[in-house]
Amino acid sequence: MELLRIENIEKYYGSKSSLTKAIDGISLTVQEGEFVAIMGASGSGKTTLLNCISTIDRVTSGHIYLEGSDITELKGKALNRFRREKLGFIFQDFNLLDTMTAYENIALALSIQKAPASSIDSAVKTVARQLDIEDILKKYPYQMSGGQKQRVASARAIITNPRLVLADEPTGALDSKSSKMLLERFNYLNKDLKATIMMVTHDSFTASYASRILFIKDGKLFHEISRGEATRKQFFDKIIDVVTMLGGDVSDAL
Amino acid sequence: MLFKLSLSNLRKSLKDYAIYFFTLIIGVSVFYVFNSVGAQATFMAVLSSQADIIVLLDELIAGLSIFVAGVLGLLIAYASRFLMKRRNKEFALYMLLGMSKGKISFILLMETLMIGAGSLVCGLLIGIGLSQFMSALVASLFEADMSALHFMVSGKSIAKTILYFSVMYLVVMAFNTLNINKLKLIDLIQSGHRSEKLRMKNPWVCSIIFIVSAAALAVCYHKVAFDSTFFTGGAGVIESRFLLVVATGCVATFLIFLSVSGLLLRVAMSIKSRYFRSLNSFTFRQLSSKVTTMVFSMTVICLMLFVTISALAASFSLRSSMNANIVELCPADVEICYNLRKGDEPMKSDLIEDMKKYGLNITENFSDYASLHYYIDDALTMRSTMGEFEEELSQQFRFLMWDSREPIVTLSDYNRLMDLYGRKHLEMNDDEYIMLCNFSNMKGVRDFALKQGVNITVFGKTTLKPKYDECQDGFIELSSQPLNSGIIVIPDNAADPDRMERNFVIGKYKAVTRDGKHETDAKVKEQFDLFTKFQNESMNPAIERLYSYNTKTDIADSTVGLTAIITFLGLYIGMVFLISCGAILALKELSDSTDSIPRYEILRKIGAEEKDISRSLFAQTGIFFLLPLILGAIHSVFGLKFAMNVFEVLGMDKLAGPITATAIIIVLVYGGYFLITYFSDRAIIRGQR
Repeated sequence: MELLRIENIEKYYGSKSSLTKAIDGISLTVQEGEFVAIMGASGSGKTTLLNCISTIDRVTSGHIYLEGSDITELKGKALNRFRREKLGFIFQDFNLLDTMTAYENIALALSIQKAPASSIDSAVKTVARQLDIEDILKKYPYQMSGGQKQRVASARAIITNPRLVLADEPTGALDSKSSKMLLERFNYLNKDLKATIMMVTHDSFTASYASRILFIKDGKLFHEISRGEATRKQFFDKIIDVVTMLGGDVSDAL
Repeated sequence: MLFKLSLSNLRKSLKDYAIYFFTLIIGVSVFYVFNSVGAQATFMAVLSSQADIIVLLDELIAGLSIFVAGVLGLLIAYASRFLMKRRNKEFALYMLLGMSKGKISFILLMETLMIGAGSLVCGLLIGIGLSQFMSALVASLFEADMSALHFMVSGKSIAKTILYFSVMYLVVMAFNTLNINKLKLIDLIQSGHRSEKLRMKNPWVCSIIFIVSAAALAVCYHKVAFDSTFFTGGAGVIESRFLLVVATGCVATFLIFLSVSGLLLRVAMSIKSRYFRSLNSFTFRQLSSKVTTMVFSMTVICLMLFVTISALAASFSLRSSMNANIVELCPADVEICYNLRKGDEPMKSDLIEDMKKYGLNITENFSDYASLHYYIDDALTMRSTMGEFEEELSQQFRFLMWDSREPIVTLSDYNRLMDLYGRKHLEMNDDEYIMLCNFSNMKGVRDFALKQGVNITVFGKTTLKPKYDECQDGFIELSSQPLNSGIIVIPDNAADPDRMERNFVIGKYKAVTRDGKHETDAKVKEQFDLFTKFQNESMNPAIERLYSYNTKTDIADSTVGLTAIITFLGLYIGMVFLISCGAILALKELSDSTDSIPRYEILRKIGAEEKDISRSLFAQTGIFFLLPLILGAIHSVFGLKFAMNVFEVLGMDKLAGPITATAIIIVLVYGGYFLITYFSDRAIIRGQR
């Protein structure tokens, strides 16, 4: 079933005299239960694309449909509600509140939605078990490692059962071991909990965990590959081929 | 080049500087107003011929202005530290580019100079305007003549303000330079993302500290407000006892805030259904981190608010009771007292008749007057009116003048005076006496004896029993305060004409206007001067017919002279403290909000409603402002009770008005600060900078 449909969106920055086309006519669809990665060099427009989907930024033209409704038309309160109820965010720099414990950070996503306090506790415990962070719930962000922080952020993103989880360079600030652990959790969320994940990355290794990869160059869709029945290693080699074709300077991971 | 850089820095960070600048302007104008109105108040006291207190006053104002300067200096230091923290990134950039610390100091120096000069000029202009307003306010507070208090620009005060603030700015500059020299580049660069380490305090320890300090406060409250033995013992003992209570109170206040900072979150968290609703968990976390880092400042603010509330309420109360007292306790215009004895020798005579002998007709000035006599019985001392309880009471109240002889008046004399005063007559049988007293400390002692029905013997022949079992409210001499410590009224036939001690003539002028009364004052004075002169010439100079002479005008003016200044100082200190408290809290709030911008960004990213964010901010700011105010208000309830115990003039029943006035001022100033802080905070976190 189709969850997200993007129709020919464009995003321009700057004035008429010096126009930058961050996104230049991109169209794509994402099926429910997919794990999509978006790859591209710095400045290719991948983060802008994610920001437009997450309604943090507005498109210059074109439409974005989530479950059939056009989110580029949303304004003010409706926009906030959409963001709160339909989307889950994972950021490169975690964006955890440093004054609150992991538990409180995760619970905040629910309490912002005005969920009854009685249901919060069990929900937090469940999601903590899924992400293997039960024993750090009482810790503050400064007491955690980067990988733990990102798993807490992931827990906060999925506790509201969002239709779509958006991840912006989730492994960008993690060491390789933590990255691997996080991505395996992502796989678990995707396969076992049927979460739809859309992830922006410039790292081939990270991207190799996805089921489909979209390559973006200079604001345009450049290429698209699917993993299919291939192993992760085979998929990774395929990605490296495309990256080399893209210009080579995207990443030299592994 | 560097000068240009500092100028453009100022322009760029105008918003940050605005708070600093605002604080400075307030400081300068408040300081100027204090000195100039203080000088005028001294001037006023000169007019009301109170030369002896002027020296004292000058010292008082000089001392207080140093104190005020100290408070303002701390405020400026605080504000400047806040500003420095804001700009760590900027300094880091300069240092990365290879600028020497000396040059950075120089940039800061230029900035401080410009800010300082600007704020001095603005502050002085505002201060000059404000002092006019304050003068009018002070004048309207008192019923007496305040026409001497008029608009003037005090050059001396301006010079003093400039001097004091220059010194303060220099100190701030020195501090900034020191700070810059201590800075390390790595700290500057990382200052943005050094996460705060929060430690939860042990709730049990906090609870115990809370209970102990609350109990200590309760004991202090009880001691100052309700414990009558607090004032027993010598002056030194009372003083050290008082200091002990104050010190305990300060420490307990600090500990209360310390424990509250640990408990606040615990209590909030224990109510799960509330804690995890909307942004409450975030709100309390923010608040708790704020309070934890501010325990000491909160204590200072709380104590300052306590002083503010007490000073304001006491000042207003003093002022209203003083005005009321003049109306009640000065029901006539002039009172003249004439001595009738020289040693043991009676010199029966009458003031009015004696004056007539020299062709001076004093009564022509009066629309109505009364002449009465004080009798003295050498055997009738205060000790003797206590009967058998004398020993017990004199042990308990050692400071009273037990061997002073009691003034006695006859019933008919007294009732005649009451006709003049427009007060109630007294009635009694021939074997009774009545005790008049309106000085409440003495009343307590005398009532004790009257309750036991102690009989007295007057002039060695008549024994009288008390008609009432308590003192009756009344007085004879004009005064500004209820300080009649005791007069005995006896039946006419019990009096011994040979024992007349003094002759009082109390009159009301014919003139009714203020100017007319002043003229009559002058005329009566002239007649007396003549009378004194004639008497000294004609009579044996060895016999002194000492008389005292008191007018309502003098009483009112002298009371105003002193009380007005005390009141003014009280109001003033209150205002300075209030403004400082508001400024410190506002600065802390604003700097916290700036630090918290990323947190609010996160909230927005995960979809929190702007409305909920605003509400959370409102709650944070509100509770932050309320915490010290609540404890300060509780302190001042007992502080005022204490003030009433010490100063007789502050009546409990008269306190409703002053407290309302105080509350209005607090709500206006403190509430104003709160609202300004909240709205600027909201602008900061919404990024409208």
